[in-house]
Amino acid sequence: MSAMQLYPANERLTRNERVVFNLYVISALAVLVLLMLFGLTMRMAQGAWISVPPRIFYELMTAHGAGMVGTIGLASSAVMWFFLRKYVRLNLAIFAANYVFFVLGAIAILASVFIGGFAGAWTFLYPLPVHSMTLWSGNAAALFMLGYLLIGVGFLLFYLDAMRAMIRVYGNLGRALGLRWLLGGEIDQSHPKTVVASTMVAITNSIGILAGAVVLVMCIINIYFPSLGLNALLVKNLTYLFGHMFINASIYMGVIAVYELLPRYSGKPYPMSRTFLWSWAASLVMVLIVYPHHLMMDYAMPRWMLVMGQIISYCAGLPVFTVTVYGALANVYHSGMRWRMPAKLVILSMFGWAAGIVPAIIDGTISVNEVMHNTQWVPGHFHFYLLLGVLAMVLALMYHVIGSRDERPDAAADRVGLPVYIIGGLTFVFAFLAAGHVSVPRRFAVHQLAWMPYDRIGSIGALLVITGMLVFSVRIITGLVKSPAEGDRAHAAG
Amino acid sequence: MIVQEKVWIITLLGVGLVALTFLFVIVQAGKPPISDLAPEKAHAHVLQRWWFLALVVLGVAIAFSTLRPFPIASQQAQSPTAQIVNAIGHQWAWELSRRRVTAGIPVEFDVTGADVNHGFAIYGQDSRILAQTQAMPGYTNRLRYTFTQPGTYHVMCLEYCGLGHHGMMATFEVVADAQRGKP
Repeated sequence: MSAMQLYPANERLTRNERVVFNLYVISALAVLVLLMLFGLTMRMAQGAWISVPPRIFYELMTAHGAGMVGTIGLASSAVMWFFLRKYVRLNLAIFAANYVFFVLGAIAILASVFIGGFAGAWTFLYPLPVHSMTLWSGNAAALFMLGYLLIGVGFLLFYLDAMRAMIRVYGNLGRALGLRWLLGGEIDQSHPKTVVASTMVAITNSIGILAGAVVLVMCIINIYFPSLGLNALLVKNLTYLFGHMFINASIYMGVIAVYELLPRYSGKPYPMSRTFLWSWAASLVMVLIVYPHHLMMDYAMPRWMLVMGQIISYCAGLPVFTVTVYGALANVYHSGMRWRMPAKLVILSMFGWAAGIVPAIIDGTISVNEVMHNTQWVPGHFHFYLLLGVLAMVLALMYHVIGSRDERPDAAADRVGLPVYIIGGLTFVFAFLAAGHVSVPRRFAVHQLAWMPYDRIGSIGALLVITGMLVFSVRIITGLVKSPAEGDRAHAAG
Repeated sequence: MIVQEKVWIITLLGVGLVALTFLFVIVQAGKPPISDLAPEKAHAHVLQRWWFLALVVLGVAIAFSTLRPFPIASQQAQSPTAQIVNAIGHQWAWELSRRRVTAGIPVEFDVTGADVNHGFAIYGQDSRILAQTQAMPGYTNRLRYTFTQPGTYHVMCLEYCGLGHHGMMATFEVVADAQRGKP
């Protein structure tokens, strides 16, 4: 049964595929470590362990936010591509084009921040980009937005190619999503979970990126034609629709690694169920309409949208808990699990995702948001499911790939690196959450004395995370640049 | 108990419960597969159904209890009985129309932004947030709050607004209601 093979033959990378995949992985790891160092610098500056001028702090903050969102998106798109290409014929040139657009966009963003001085945060909330108080020029703001547009074009090409390829095999996107089995009929167990998840992501993130493109173009026009003023609330709605969708798409692309890898390491089948199909179909709608939970403190918003934001925040969590996490735990239970690095990382990712959305869902309650919004509670919960959730999913695939080329996929370094990463990650996110619950604001370059203990504990956590991440990066990059195993040695492992 | 403390405890319990569940399954994961999976599967389906139903009931109950009455004041018109404070956010200072209000009588902060988005957050004397709203150009958000304790309160900006964001603070006084003879 091919699904239970550890390294099935149809997953083997051709020479060109290897080059592109390696570019994605190595670039993502290098940028992630760099951006983590930016994060550490910010936390240490807040804790007064080092001195960073506010201007530099806010530039680092802008680069860290924009870079992390983009890079985790890039890395998780590699997860989706790696597994989806087994079922449909994806165009490698388009996957490579996504990488090129990303690099061009990243260069534009870095230049706008570190040369142009743009420090409008990754959310570039209008009208801040055109109200810099002479700290940056309109050109720097426009360059930042152009960078976003370039990255968006790359992702859109990738999703369009994925949708084209899935339509060619399955007839239409509804069939790829498995909609025909929602109300009855025998589910075809050979229909891949990867295809279901990829269809949902391709549809929703294309819509999110288009919303982002609209707001970016509007803002760029406004920079050069200020008389064409924008409605700040409309811009904020579009910005958060785009931002929320993009980062959630990263989770949904990353979780494909869980569906694909977990049954191979547990040795237990992971069957498709009607509940699974319902959860993905429901998530497709919910992920697009949940974004008003970012605007709960905008009292000018229509009341029904804020109520919808709260209720959908609760509902959006249900598929996660009841289907993916529950399914993963049921799959692992009494399985005789092979605890190799990819398996450990998959389970860590499920924990990070499930535990991280606890503080997130609570903050999606209007009366809670009134005292928690824009405190450090917010970076506390999103770092929880990004650092210990999505990043662990991506790392699981990377370790799985090097495992196919390495005699010893679990080196001593990994056995030390993983606990260091987990302990550091938990310390880091709980320092944020603890600070948020005592009302420490987020995005402050200078902190009061009473807030500094949280910053210092967070800094120690960040240092441990970076140490673990360096171990992973060295191991993965070394493993990737090795030649593929001779013959079918790796495949025999299954 | 203030909201933040309740949220903190619920979060710790929730994350702890998730962690314990994972630890239990991880401990069990190393055990050999059960040869006859049929009763195991049936049990899992029942558990999953109850788990789903419990979450739905919990979600509906929490949504109902936290949305009625609706936690945000009506935005239609100024309150005729409240003490009105016009608050305007500028890069990087707050402009308040008055800096003294009376305890025990509702205060309405009519909040807007003159240049960019700001966040108007009221910090109590224990340095915790009491309430907040956004200060957005072109819109006025009406935040109503009744102070019970006299003293000095602080306003901080909670929406990133540029280089001086962290220094954008203001203070105002809440005085006892002499006529009513109580705070």
